[in-house]
Amino acid sequence: MTLSKIFKNSLLVLTACLVLTACATKKEIATDIKGSMQGDVYTGTDTVEYLAEGVPDRVFFATNESILTTASRETLRAQAAWLRKNSGINIVLEGHADERGTREYNLALGERRANAAKDYLMTYGISSDRITVLSYGKERPVDSGSNPLSWSKNRRSVTVKAN
Amino acid sequence: MIKKIITLILILIPIKSFALIEVDITRGNLDPLPIAVSPLSIDEKSKKSFKKILNKKNIGEEISNIVENNLRTSGLFNPLSKEAFLQAPDIANLKPRFEDWNLIKAQALITGKVSNVDQKLRVEFRLWDVLAAKEMLALAFTTVPDNWRRVGHIISDKIYERLTGEKGYFDTRIIYVAEEGPKTQRIKKLAIMDQDGFNNKFLTLGNELVLTPRFNPTSQMVTYLSYFKNLPRVYLLDIETGTQEVVGDFPGMTFAPRFSPDGKKIIMSLAKDGKSDIYTMDLENRIVEKITNHPSIDTSPSYSPDGEYVTFNSDRSGYQQIYIMKSDGSDVKRISFGNGLYGTPVWSPRGDLIAFTKLHKGKFYIGVMRTDGKGERLLTENYYQEAPSWSPNGRVLIFYRETKTDDKGEGFTAKLWSIDLTGYNERQIKTPTDASDPSWSSLLSN
Repeated sequence: MTLSKIFKNSLLVLTACLVLTACATKKEIATDIKGSMQGDVYTGTDTVEYLAEGVPDRVFFATNESILTTASRETLRAQAAWLRKNSGINIVLEGHADERGTREYNLALGERRANAAKDYLMTYGISSDRITVLSYGKERPVDSGSNPLSWSKNRRSVTVKAN
Repeated sequence: MIKKIITLILILIPIKSFALIEVDITRGNLDPLPIAVSPLSIDEKSKKSFKKILNKKNIGEEISNIVENNLRTSGLFNPLSKEAFLQAPDIANLKPRFEDWNLIKAQALITGKVSNVDQKLRVEFRLWDVLAAKEMLALAFTTVPDNWRRVGHIISDKIYERLTGEKGYFDTRIIYVAEEGPKTQRIKKLAIMDQDGFNNKFLTLGNELVLTPRFNPTSQMVTYLSYFKNLPRVYLLDIETGTQEVVGDFPGMTFAPRFSPDGKKIIMSLAKDGKSDIYTMDLENRIVEKITNHPSIDTSPSYSPDGEYVTFNSDRSGYQQIYIMKSDGSDVKRISFGNGLYGTPVWSPRGDLIAFTKLHKGKFYIGVMRTDGKGERLLTENYYQEAPSWSPNGRVLIFYRETKTDDKGEGFTAKLWSIDLTGYNERQIKTPTDASDPSWSSLLSN
């Protein structure tokens, strides 16, 4: 490979990167205006409560997914730090699904989501003895709307103090 | 025990007869059979005594109303207006003047008589073929007066069976979840009612969330999910005694329970560590068996009527799809391959079909497919509906449907609906409160 070829290739990559960034920024602005969602994961703070200052109590999921987003991992790291400081506190992780699924599958999905949060807390040093998982499936929505934004608020795992 | 309470005595024996009228059950309600349901006649003395006992002005009329309503809602019959009837009920029961019934275009005629025999309710009825001018069926029942609604249902079943050649589904009950309160804080209770919506009773108080009740084969026991003490577990309820017990001792949430066809086992899911697998528990020896073992969500199991197979839904392919396997968990085979997600498979009591919920492009469907996954037929489309349950003769499905809320998040309702296997005859079943998760009982009288 000649130097000029390498230079040409990297230039191409660079241009591609620039184009992608531009797109991403545009998209983010668009979804922000539309209402606090990225992809179909809720990113707003409407329903969020705080376990302590700077420690949000919940994380959100994409439709049918239980993968933790970057923002969710950040929230859970904050929860883990808070739990390490407050070693006497035990928690319940309440897993939820939106209304657009069959009841029984959603019960399992809520359990899977709460466990995703549990696993992450455990990797940050929180003992499983302090964590109880409780799935509500689609039985306890926070938002009673029938639209994508409402559903995104309802796909969640909420960390609740157990004592 | 329902069967014990009823003390039903069949006196007359079905007749030798060569039916000319026949109702083709597979055709839907395109051409319902015109039928005249003459009020059951009653003598003055019996009328007065039943008015005292049951507080019903004319029990003969009441029972024939039940029959008429059942036949109409089946979609297979078209009960004619009583105002057009020319012949008085008591005389018609002795010997119908077939020309009169022919004149109003009735093809079949039901007549009968109610009387008080030693404080018991005695009901006799006859089914007539108007065109052939022949009696097709004659039966009589004697029972305690309180069973009058059931008598109406049993008569309906006998007529349905005589005219369609298949067992009826009228003397049955529905167990379901009664719902009240705002969508974000629903209060849910177990409730039971007759198939036609009468005799509604609440079985739990609403102190804890309850979901997905299902009858055992004799319809005396129910298995369901309860959040008692915030521990979601499968429970067993004896309807007669009200006794409730938790099923097994599992280290996580158990849910999606159903009985095996012999009633001896409960099949259900256990969710643990983000995985849901299917288990059975034998109710006699309490032996627990793990049936599926997969990191995916395996749930909503339902046995084939012979108990040899189980259908369930799993997202092991990446999305929720329907599978079948042998009841020991071997030979797992995916059967749903259409576009969309598939859930809540329920094996038909006839064994040849599986009913399901399908989600495709934001719409929910109730449908059926053959047990090899072929021949998919979608019966109804809506914003949200799921959880079909079969009538005991495998001709009708009951399910629940939820409505979309408005911009303010208001206007949510959940109601029970039924639809024929033909895709015709969709009907709402009236309930005193909102309702979901219906399960149809077996025939109570045979």
